[in-house]
Amino acid sequence: MTHGSTAGPGLRGPTAGLGLKAQHYEQALACPAVGLWFEVHPENYMVDGGPRLAWLEAIRAEKPLSLHGIGLSLAGDALPDPEHLARFKALADRYEPFAISEHLAWSRRGQVYHPDLLPFPRTRRMLSRVCDNVSRAQDVLGRPLLIENPSLYLALNGHEMSEPEFLSEIVLATGCGLLLDINNVYVSANNLGESATAYLDALPAHAIGEIHLAGHDPDPELGPGLLIDSHAAPVSDTVWSLYQRTIRRIGPRPTLIERDDAIPAFEILMGERNRADAILSAGDEALRA
Amino acid sequence: MPEPFHDAMDAVLAGDAAALDPWLRDGAAGRAGLAVYQNTVAKARADALTGLFPTVMRLVGPDWFREAALLFGRHSPPSSPVLDDYGVGFADWLEMFPPARELPFLAPVARVDRAWSEAHRAVEAPVLSASDLVQLGPDVLFAARAVIHPAARIFWFDWTVPTVWLANRAESDPSKPVYWDEKAEGLLLVRPQGAVETHAIDRNQWLFLDSCRRGLPLGRAAASVMVTQPLADLSRLFAGLLRFGVFTRLNLEPSPQ
Repeated sequence: MTHGSTAGPGLRGPTAGLGLKAQHYEQALACPAVGLWFEVHPENYMVDGGPRLAWLEAIRAEKPLSLHGIGLSLAGDALPDPEHLARFKALADRYEPFAISEHLAWSRRGQVYHPDLLPFPRTRRMLSRVCDNVSRAQDVLGRPLLIENPSLYLALNGHEMSEPEFLSEIVLATGCGLLLDINNVYVSANNLGESATAYLDALPAHAIGEIHLAGHDPDPELGPGLLIDSHAAPVSDTVWSLYQRTIRRIGPRPTLIERDDAIPAFEILMGERNRADAILSAGDEALRA
Repeated sequence: MPEPFHDAMDAVLAGDAAALDPWLRDGAAGRAGLAVYQNTVAKARADALTGLFPTVMRLVGPDWFREAALLFGRHSPPSSPVLDDYGVGFADWLEMFPPARELPFLAPVARVDRAWSEAHRAVEAPVLSASDLVQLGPDVLFAARAVIHPAARIFWFDWTVPTVWLANRAESDPSKPVYWDEKAEGLLLVRPQGAVETHAIDRNQWLFLDSCRRGLPLGRAAASVMVTQPLADLSRLFAGLLRFGVFTRLNLEPSPQ
């Protein structure tokens, strides 16, 4: 491994990165920013050959890479699909990412894939299922996973523990880490009437291996009472300040700007990326002081 | 053991809006949040189809396409998170879709879009070139089988599907006239290196390639052309196909039959 994980969080490894978009391949490859890294959904690269894999290969030769899965369905009621896991592992072996992550959500049942990150009641029984699924995935991939908190839109009956408690239990049982999506924390807290800062403070800081920042939009009918994790807007000021607060509390972590819709020019995304980078540098200096 | 919550969510996404009510803290009032999941799933399916069938989309416009994609998505949801594999049945479905009855070119155009996306992500393979053949005598060459490149896709249509498809690609010249006509045309997609390339092909090129695709030796492929076109310039035809990069290698093993 030449990148990242051995250097630990801080200025020597990957600092702030961007979700890699096909329309930005050339600029991504040429961008000289120190600490810049890229993240892709492995599902978009589970192909036999062609230009997409060639671009990823070229960019990986220059920059650290993270694989962020959306299809393992770790909160499903069956073990992860073996064929999907095998394709995931093949990509991880070929591209040697410094981080591999997935979601605390489900998307797959039998022969149907719902292209979304679906919720579930956080019961003890579901905890044991998720732990089994995470362990199976880690065993096959041969690497630890980072598990991301989802954005929630439903107040459900039947939860037996809070999400930070649930995540902490998974960390303890499986040895995985966490991918903290601060926009998701904010969106869920807003939608369910809970406290984002209380949520953030309840997470085990040591387990957080990566941070995501993204934009949200108000629901077109219900307005700001229901926020949608759209990835179609710049990171909001509130999320930036929650981010700054988090870095002060836990120290710097590789941080990603996510944008999947209404994608602006590469330079605009780099502007947001550089803002995260500056906050990480300040956090790093504070740690060293 | 299936989870009852997951069963109920499946039912919601299949159209039964009330299936999850017992789990919703605010009962039916909580369904507003449920709509976010329903919309996200429907949008993601339609977005995937838009990316996979761009020429169909350009022919019918974004609104018509979206309506059709949402209906298809409900009828045939994806079976895997690898959405490149999605939409295998879209062309067949369009063929039966009543609003598409007046647009007979849509289904075949969808088949070409599908083939383009398969060509785009096919496994890497070397390309057979004329210089690979200079050492071979005519007998050896006539008995050899030219193996089609894994990225190559070969079409022959009774109507002008290739003209319509080529004219509605993002990179095509909009001022060029397009004819939907009962006139046979062939189309070849190849990816010799990097990008997918497209070539209009004539009847002789198609006959020759179709024989190769069926595993026939080059002598039989040549004969399939000569039957109808005794004066065809076969060495020129073969050289042209080699330049397109449609073959990956020569199989010199004796034919099985």
